Amino acid sequence: MTKWLEENTPKLVLAPSFIAVLIFVYGFIAWTAWVSFTRSRLLPRYDIEGLIQYERLFASPRWDTALNNLFVFGILFIVIAMVLGLVLAILLDQNIRTEGAIRTIYLYPMALSMIVTGTAWKWILNPGLGVEAMVRGWGFENFTFDWLVNPDMAIYTIVIAAIWQSSGFVMALFLAGLRSVDGEIIKAAQVDGIPTWRIYTAIIIPSMAPIFLSAFIVLSHLAIKSFDLVIALTGGGPGYATDLPATYMYAMAFSRGDIGQAASSAMIMMMVVFAIVVPYLYSELRSKDD
Amino acid sequence: MTDISMTSQQRQSQTGKIVLRWLLYIALGLFALFYLLPLFVMITTSLKSLDEIRTGDLIALPRDVTFDAWRTAWSGACTGIQCEGVRPYFWNSILIAIPAVAISTLLGAMNGYVVAQWKFRGANIIFSLMLFGCFIPFQVVLLPMARTLGIMGIAGTIPGLIFVHVIYGLGFTTLFFRNYYVSIPAELTKAAKVDGAGFFRIFWSIFLPLSLPIVVVTVIWQFTQIWNDFLFGVSFSQAGTQPVTVALNNIVNSTTGVKEYNVDMAAAIIAALPTLFVYVVAGKYFIRGLTAGSVKG
Repeated sequence: MTKWLEENTPKLVLAPSFIAVLIFVYGFIAWTAWVSFTRSRLLPRYDIEGLIQYERLFASPRWDTALNNLFVFGILFIVIAMVLGLVLAILLDQNIRTEGAIRTIYLYPMALSMIVTGTAWKWILNPGLGVEAMVRGWGFENFTFDWLVNPDMAIYTIVIAAIWQSSGFVMALFLAGLRSVDGEIIKAAQVDGIPTWRIYTAIIIPSMAPIFLSAFIVLSHLAIKSFDLVIALTGGGPGYATDLPATYMYAMAFSRGDIGQAASSAMIMMMVVFAIVVPYLYSELRSKDD
Repeated sequence: MTDISMTSQQRQSQTGKIVLRWLLYIALGLFALFYLLPLFVMITTSLKSLDEIRTGDLIALPRDVTFDAWRTAWSGACTGIQCEGVRPYFWNSILIAIPAVAISTLLGAMNGYVVAQWKFRGANIIFSLMLFGCFIPFQVVLLPMARTLGIMGIAGTIPGLIFVHVIYGLGFTTLFFRNYYVSIPAELTKAAKVDGAGFFRIFWSIFLPLSLPIVVVTVIWQFTQIWNDFLFGVSFSQAGTQPVTVALNNIVNSTTGVKEYNVDMAAAIIAALPTLFVYVVAGKYFIRGLTAGSVKG
């Protein structure tokens, strides 16, 4: 008995966590998937009715807006945060004396809750007393900057706040990448008289491809899960103008009492995440085994 | 002749370098302003009176510094019908974060130790399955979790929130410790086994003493995640058990009465202080957690 116990201790230690993950991750995904094929409304029902929820979902203008917003927000957020992060990393890589302090300043927003970030930007961007009022006070009476309350532009305020929050983190990733490039190669290139910008574009940046991929995965993951920031900054409004799939799902689950819609929109979100993450994880795990 | 032209060329490139250097520092400074300005505006706004906010400039320094807004934010601001400020919710967040961080870190350490040093058949698959759990959008578990918490009788309670944070933190904590322990040579474990030490003994007297850096990274990561969480907090709490992020959002977005921007800002800073503090004190470990959590998971 003690022998058996001794041999199986590792398994017994891992078992509770493994079972928890099986139930609360995989079991719950299965539950949500199942319910997304039923006619559940306020209460879950378990007889499968096919794709009715998905048909309703894709016929809903609100979901349409949410998906469009995810697309616009996601692309702008990922592209700008990566470009900005790379530029900042390269600027900081030039033997800056105060690098530590500057890095701290660029990165601190990442320590804040999205709710705090949203609250701050909501105040700064509010047309009545924020940036618009300030610039008007300087004498530019016709200056307008009402993106926060303009349904066509509100989604871009979320882009601004999200970039403010996350670009420093992308910088940190890239800076670590820049530092890990083989110094000998760079020195050799410098001796050959190759200009600095060519060293970056031809040697350093191409060798950082894996870091670009990581940054892309993290940022797209952040974009798809964006929920807090929208709630704090615009509340999904004006109207539904800044709804994202995450806020749509939450509204269906907890204020509209439409479990079927909540489940099917959650499943779509998961499929989008998996479409991006699975190939990446697969290649990561495989390369580790090699 | 050639000497003179050389020096003038050198001088030219020298001044060019200095100009470039200046431009570089100006660019870095402008970016620093971009990141600091919101924090600056939050702090100054929180120290102004409402009158001054209405008549003054967004980025102007306060004429009369007043801490009234801070007092209201801490103990008087209304979150819906209750007007107790963020204090009780700040306390809730502490009550949620401390046990959830402790439990998930401990479990992560044990799991990581098994997966890295006591491999058995299937251990890798189990690890992959756990790792995968880090990536799911939590929306996909919200509905069944709400029902499960109800069945377990901990819906809307602080133990319920602790439970949720532990479960969905396990993937990351296991990953952190696994990646750390994998770099410790397996011969160490083997030698200890030959000497008759068991599973727990080896963990306790060999691995744990080596673990301080990764414990710090994991604790900081988990604390930041849990303190800043909003989705679980808003979905699984009820009046009285809400974490500080939910209370902050309720204060800012409550539609009744006059909009007190200075109180909003003070409440936001209070909600941000613990994680900001951790960042300032242990920034190195914070960044390490971020990069470890992103590059490998």
